[in-house]
Amino acid sequence: MDAKVDLSVTEKAKLSVRNLNFYYGNFHALKNINLDIPAGKVTAFIGPSGCGKSTLLRTFNRMFELYPEQRAEGEIVMDGENLLTSKEDISLIRAKIGMVFQKPTPFPMSIYDNIAFGVKLFETLPRAEMDERVEWALKKAALWNEVKDKLGQSGSGLSGGQQQRLCIARGIAIKPEVLLLDEPCSALDPISTGKIEELIHELKTDYTVVIVTHNMQQAARCSDYTAYMYLGDLIEFGPTSELFMKPKRKDTEDYITGRFG
Amino acid sequence: MTDKHLSTQFDAELSGISTRVLEMGGMVEAQVAQAIYALTNFSSETAAQVIAQEEKVNQMEVDIDRDLSTIIARRQPTARDLRLLIAVSKTIGNLERVGDEAARIARTVQRLVNTGVSSRMRLPVSDVGFEASLATASLRRSLDAFARLDVEKAIEVIKQDNLIDQEFDGLMRKLITYMMEDPRTISSSIDLVFVAKAIERVGDHAKNLAEQTIYIVRGTDVRHNSVESIESIAR
Repeated sequence: MDAKVDLSVTEKAKLSVRNLNFYYGNFHALKNINLDIPAGKVTAFIGPSGCGKSTLLRTFNRMFELYPEQRAEGEIVMDGENLLTSKEDISLIRAKIGMVFQKPTPFPMSIYDNIAFGVKLFETLPRAEMDERVEWALKKAALWNEVKDKLGQSGSGLSGGQQQRLCIARGIAIKPEVLLLDEPCSALDPISTGKIEELIHELKTDYTVVIVTHNMQQAARCSDYTAYMYLGDLIEFGPTSELFMKPKRKDTEDYITGRFG
Repeated sequence: MTDKHLSTQFDAELSGISTRVLEMGGMVEAQVAQAIYALTNFSSETAAQVIAQEEKVNQMEVDIDRDLSTIIARRQPTARDLRLLIAVSKTIGNLERVGDEAARIARTVQRLVNTGVSSRMRLPVSDVGFEASLATASLRRSLDAFARLDVEKAIEVIKQDNLIDQEFDGLMRKLITYMMEDPRTISSSIDLVFVAKAIERVGDHAKNLAEQTIYIVRGTDVRHNSVESIESIAR
């Protein structure tokens, strides 16, 4: 299907996706995707299970390369360079494009080291500066007040919502340009979800945020732009306020109003 | 709302609320018709019935509003479902005002009758009746347009509003002539001016209803636009 993507907004694009196709072996999972992820904004991907939204997210930092059967064709351009063919070290790309997963994945180490670990891979900081960086990241992730007195304790002792904020802190500690969130709240209670959403709102002043969510209300609440995907096609992409109030395509309307299926 | 939701309960809630809006519409439509009957027949009794209805209409508005809040809180509607509910909220406000106008006319009729005005004074009540027939027809058509989500019919209602306004202006000129020719009719003529104005307002409310129907279907807010631009936006 030729999705009519109307990115009539004059936002500066952080990531430009051009003619992107993705395959799991013989399965064609993303079909000629074209869209611009606006810089300094929150973009949400919604759609039913298996529509390709997580797959698309995972192409942005080439996470799929961990699996030999998977391949992507086309372009994902950031700062003038096609990430898919970039010769740059893959871990440097992932340092620029951080990712947080559905389930909180704290490393089996202290809260402090969970954050310092990633930073050490890219920078050699004196202890005092590292302390500052850890505090900065935890404050950004709205977790500092809850953990400042137990930085030496294990990260896995935190609650689910705290663990997820720890993962976000870890993600931003290396100061990425783009933050990818793959269903960051699906394992969390409403209060923790609220905190993460508040955090997403704060983060967009410094980062470009892309979030995949099953929860349409979450997309409506915290994103500036929303993309609706179905069976590997990008069906509609536009400002969130328009997409949820007056979608251009009937398919989108049927999905967001619960008439799907 | 032709297509069904995954949740049949949600479907039932939406169609239930639409039905009650139409029911409320039917009530105020009858109220206006009765008020005009009371006027043209100088019937104090019918006027009293119209006034008695007002409380029921008010209660209906409150009930529908409460159900609207419940649906919004429970379902978090989007797109056309959300537009329908917003439009319903505005529509019932307009219908309640129509009921107020009918009661206002009825109270005027009572005052006229109490001060001894009767058909012998040859006031132009039949002209007021004609203006009223245009306004009630518009109201009925706007409710039909809402029931069927019919944009064409809604546009017709919006166009019709100019005719009602013209009729109102004509009535004003006529009543002024009456008052100049026979100053004894001044008091009752002024009462008729207010009645004519109330009817003209009923037409305005019908137009507002029609604009809400266009909003539900097209998602475009056409209020405060000229008839020509509404036509081009809605079609």
